[in-house]
Amino acid sequence: MSQGQTGAEQRLVTPGMVIGPSAGKRAGSGIVTAEESMIATQLGWLREQNNTVSIDPINAAYMPRSGDLVVATVAEVRNNLWFMNINGAFQGLLPMSLAPWKVEFGAARQHMDVGNVVLARVQEVDECHNVVLTMKGVGLRRLNQGTVESIPVQHIVRVRGDNNSLLQRMREACDCRIMVGENGRVWIDGDADGIAWARMALQMVAEHGHSKAFETILSEMEQITKGDA
Amino acid sequence: MGGYGDVQLLNDDGSRLDGRKVDEMRPVTIEAGILPAAEGSAMVTHGLNVAVAAVYGPMEAHPRKIQRQDRAVIDVRYNMAPFSTSDRIRPGFNRRSREISKVTAEALESVVLVERYPRSKIRVEIEILAAEAGTRCVGITAASVALADAGIPMRDMIVGVASGKIEDTVVLDLDKAEDNYGQADLPVGILPNTGEIAFLQMDGDLSLEEYNLAMEYNFKAAKEIHEIMVDALRRRYEGGEA
Repeated sequence: MSQGQTGAEQRLVTPGMVIGPSAGKRAGSGIVTAEESMIATQLGWLREQNNTVSIDPINAAYMPRSGDLVVATVAEVRNNLWFMNINGAFQGLLPMSLAPWKVEFGAARQHMDVGNVVLARVQEVDECHNVVLTMKGVGLRRLNQGTVESIPVQHIVRVRGDNNSLLQRMREACDCRIMVGENGRVWIDGDADGIAWARMALQMVAEHGHSKAFETILSEMEQITKGDA
Repeated sequence: MGGYGDVQLLNDDGSRLDGRKVDEMRPVTIEAGILPAAEGSAMVTHGLNVAVAAVYGPMEAHPRKIQRQDRAVIDVRYNMAPFSTSDRIRPGFNRRSREISKVTAEALESVVLVERYPRSKIRVEIEILAAEAGTRCVGITAASVALADAGIPMRDMIVGVASGKIEDTVVLDLDKAEDNYGQADLPVGILPNTGEIAFLQMDGDLSLEEYNLAMEYNFKAAKEIHEIMVDALRRRYEGGEA
């Protein structure tokens, strides 16, 4: 969480920094305990919530988790499956049995080819980081129109806001359909001016997200009319 | 008098040729996040040394034979630019750069939480743009800041520092003449918060007392450099400078 997010002074911690005694507190993400002390393992802003101390990292890689909604692109096609780029360390695998269509063996390319963008969900991640995706579910589909913008993974929560409030505000401001994937990819569809506006807002998040709250960015962007973006 | 023939490395008043005291370090500056294309990056100047480090990944480890099912591998490439020294260096890998890449990777593996990223690879590129003795230490410091900048989880950062012996006197942070004509060189990678040692090499001979004094100098310098490393990361993110 950036300084601007809460208005309160947040503490920036670096790997190895001793945060304080671990007694009576739980170690959240980015924290390890050693010799009754809490130690930061990542560069980020320290956060304490419900007696749990954790770090909001400034930079982070996407680590897929079961149930994540992701915007994926087809990287490779085989007879009975697709390899999808999910913006992570490893490609995701989409078998034809988990595609929304009836796919004949050898005809996978007729449904989706390299470069196509889809909205999918992470079905399973094993301990070796093998990722299986599914497109069976409400709203999961091939995205035939619109554009995809990337933002740092750690800013996804900020872009959404509480109960998707900020995302909804952005949708209304640019009059576009917007889907935010957990993997740092955002799909935007609407008229050209609206898309340009939304892309500019997301680029500002990517550049200034560590020092400015998304609400502040949105307020600044709302001063700009769609056509000027 | 030790070392090479009659090369004088200490002045009559006990100071070194560049005016430093025996336990004084060359000036260090660090800048984080200098390369937009990398996940994390840093530039370290240490005396006349200039090192740039860039971190990419975690990514799928290729070729597959280098993959580890339970952890990530750290792939370090240390390289000195052809123009980094007064004599042109032939571009590409050589025995020395392979050795330094290996010891740096092993040092970094001891602090990075590699078990978080099974089967993957974290690529660290260290480029020495200007060299004046102690480049492996400067490279490790730069790599450590770049890894932190990339958001790679680590249990501590590593600081690379070196001490040595010239004219039977233990000194901190050897410069080029002292490195070439001195009696010993002791580069170490220190974890400043825990005081652990991630790597240690020694060239030359030191008695136990001299070794202890050299390590005392190294630990003192590591604390100072660590503060500069933390400050560089703070300036990058707290100062709002992108």
